Amino acid sequence: MDGARLSTSRRDFIRYAASAGALIIAAPACSRGDREKEASTAEAAIASGPPVDVTPMIAITPDDRILLAFPNPEMGQGVDTALPMLVAEELGADFDKVETSQLPLALMPDGEGGFTWRYVPQGSGGSYSIVGHWEGLRQAGAIARDLLVRAASAQLEVPADELTVANSVVTHAASNQSLTFGALAGAAAELEPLEEAPPLKPREEFSIIGTARKMKNARAIVTGEAVYGIDAEMPGMVHAVMARCPYFDGTANSVDDAAARAVPGVIDVVKIDRPPLGEPYTVQAEGYAVIAENTWAAIKGRDALKIDWDHGPYSDETSANFRAHCEELLTREGQIVRNDGDFAAAWENAASTHEAYYWQPYVSHAPLEPQNCVAHVREDGVDIIGPMQFPSGPNRLISNVLDRDRMTINVTPTRLGGGFGRRLSSDYALEAALVSDAVKRPVKLLWTREDDMRHDFFRPAGMHHMRAAFDADGNMTAWTHRLASASKYYRRPNMPDTDLWTSELYPDDFPAYLVENYRLEYFPATSGAPRGSWRAPSHTANAFVVNSFLDEIARTRGENALKLRLRILGEPRELTYANHGGPTFNPGRLAGVLRLAAEKGGYGEAMPEGQGRGIAAHFTFGGYVAHVVDVEVNSSGDLKVLRIVGAVDVGTVVNPNGIAAQHEGGVIDGLSTALRLAINVTGGRVTTGNFDEYQIMRIAEAPHDIETHIIDNGEPPAGMGEMGLPPLAPALTNAIFDATGKRVRDLPLADQLRS
Amino acid sequence: MVSLTVNGERKEFSGDEEMPLLWYLRDFAGAKGVKFGCGIAQCGACTVHLNGEAVRSCVTPVSAVNGAEITTIEGLADGDDLHPVQQAWIEEDVSQCGYCQAGQIMAVSALLKDNPNPSDDDIDRSLTNICRCGTYYRLRKAIHTAAAKLRENA
Ligand code: FES
Ligand code: FES
Repeated sequence: MDGARLSTSRRDFIRYAASAGALIIAAPACSRGDREKEASTAEAAIASGPPVDVTPMIAITPDDRILLAFPNPEMGQGVDTALPMLVAEELGADFDKVETSQLPLALMPDGEGGFTWRYVPQGSGGSYSIVGHWEGLRQAGAIARDLLVRAASAQLEVPADELTVANSVVTHAASNQSLTFGALAGAAAELEPLEEAPPLKPREEFSIIGTARKMKNARAIVTGEAVYGIDAEMPGMVHAVMARCPYFDGTANSVDDAAARAVPGVIDVVKIDRPPLGEPYTVQAEGYAVIAENTWAAIKGRDALKIDWDHGPYSDETSANFRAHCEELLTREGQIVRNDGDFAAAWENAASTHEAYYWQPYVSHAPLEPQNCVAHVREDGVDIIGPMQFPSGPNRLISNVLDRDRMTINVTPTRLGGGFGRRLSSDYALEAALVSDAVKRPVKLLWTREDDMRHDFFRPAGMHHMRAAFDADGNMTAWTHRLASASKYYRRPNMPDTDLWTSELYPDDFPAYLVENYRLEYFPATSGAPRGSWRAPSHTANAFVVNSFLDEIARTRGENALKLRLRILGEPRELTYANHGGPTFNPGRLAGVLRLAAEKGGYGEAMPEGQGRGIAAHFTFGGYVAHVVDVEVNSSGDLKVLRIVGAVDVGTVVNPNGIAAQHEGGVIDGLSTALRLAINVTGGRVTTGNFDEYQIMRIAEAPHDIETHIIDNGEPPAGMGEMGLPPLAPALTNAIFDATGKRVRDLPLADQLRS
Repeated sequence: MVSLTVNGERKEFSGDEEMPLLWYLRDFAGAKGVKFGCGIAQCGACTVHLNGEAVRSCVTPVSAVNGAEITTIEGLADGDDLHPVQQAWIEEDVSQCGYCQAGQIMAVSALLKDNPNPSDDDIDRSLTNICRCGTYYRLRKAIHTAAAKLRENA
């Protein structure tokens, strides 16, 4: 996340009174912000019109409405509820009466030729929203509360420290007087904030944080009023659908667009050139955009284009030969990226050794709302509305490619119909801007499902080779993880090939520091398929591999798989964790979720014939999750997942209901992906195109029993968007082994049980 | 020329009759609650009621709806009074991104009309809409909650 840290200084807050007697606090600004500029920004904002133009983060109106803006785009992860809870807690608001809305992108020059956040960092990714805003948004609430309290103190002529705040009311108990926030808003807006930031509530006084809250904007969703990118409009807007070169890095030789232009409603056909590979990001396919009066005409026109494509440099690539390529790489010597102790010697001297290979395919993000974006490239500015995880991304990209000043590019993120990491990339927003620039009109660019699935940035595929050694006393003495994969960091600007491993292996992951001889080895594989971040990125692959391997070791040794893990994890202590989710990893907390899941899920109990129970746990981005999964496999190999028990430790809990929802969704995502999902590549192109082939789980297969057990230990909060996913696949395949004796080392499961 | 009723309003359309009802509803009738997910009748995001029956509007050409009554998610509530399925969705806090939920609600409200007390097996057989966010656990609960509400109201 490219944001400055929030400052605690009161000077970094923008605040002003609206004419109608409301209290409006725009937001805490970034510490790097230039105060002069902020002041002039605020003044300009006041001068330019009604308060809504400055997108306040907190607004309290005289009629007692409390409007809180959430800064990070909502894609289903619950930030539209959880982030306002942080503000409301310190503010002392009645949360049921709080209304929440999305803050548009707000940047400002940083005074050094670059740009910084005008208010707060804005972006959804890495399960970072709660972590990143935990201090700053509570401070914003505390500053507003302090103003309201001092306004009440003046009005009631009582000392401020005798006042209490709850449910949007300031009360003086001794004199039995109280004032609502609405009644105080105008007076509060006249006061100066204190020199020192007001203190934050101790945890024992939380009355909103830690309580289960339902989604704030649920009504808009169930009535169809919620606005997603695909629903956004601009006056005079036309519709565009593109034909993109289906071949990896291929180009267009020629087009015959006569039939497309003959489709009623089609306005124009324009070529969209491919930017140089690796600029401004990995790849954007070359193609032709059909511009039409309505969506259907654009789709029909696109389908009528006759294009001769050049097949590009990867036209021989298939799923099977990519896998063979990874297997071949593993017969060589790779790049040693971590090397503790002496693996070779430990392997040599071991009393017993273990070895296994595991495979992960490419998978697609497939958010249910396909990519889309509304763009208007004007003479003196650009307007972008669309579903995006990081609204600063399109701003930067369009600025680079169209050579526009970033401050003239307005970006309004809508609600997202799913993200899963796909909308960290801004390719579709740039495309929309290029089309608008070509036709000089506002354009809504829509991707069909096939466009979305075939032009994704896929989760990297790869082959893993694992080895472990034990001494005569049963201690694990050595562990190595060798991985040949298509790194998602390929074509990163200024990144040497020797750094490609950094997105695929996290060197401090379990069992780093827990085994004396620990080695990681990487082999960058060549593939034309674009790669990117897929929910819980490499943790999904590595959690599967590590937890499957531990289960195999335990089975071979005749040891309980839970006990083996607990033995390796050892005592609670802080170990260095330099990757995202650090700075530390506590094996005791991982042991804690394992114990809780095992207890609630009855791990180790005897199972009826045909049923099995598996366990797995993983540390993902600061959160600890363990799963116990029960399955039943009948004689024809039909699998039924009976029950999923999850134990979750993400530190201080903000919204336990949100944690449960993300856990439930995460396990379904994990299950759906492990059971059936893979992207097929043939002839240097993705052939998988829609949900008939890419079979995302439906309700019939979803387990009826999902339990979420939360450990709230008061540690600093972590997020929950991704943690629920990684341990699920190995808990499932470990359960399958328990039921059938069949070890699943290749994902997806598909019909491997039907032999 | 096709005439139809959308959420009680009479409409006429003289454009391309091959146009899927989905795109007519979204681009011409202002019913953007109807969502596009796949275009091939796989995901159910585009589910609407055609004369009371749930259909996937992405594969229903406008030519097939002449004289029909279409209800979309925008027309399901009775003014400010939400349909019991919508209420149940809020009570059980089903939605995550919410993109599939209009289609789910339209499918479930049609299902409950035919089968006011569906078993889990009935649900598994008749509800094939995709939720990419994986809200099925709450969704199943909400169906039972909605069914109970509808039976109470009956
Ligand atoms: S859009 Fe109609 S079923 Fe998917
Ligand atoms: S809630 Fe996101 S697709 Fe169902």
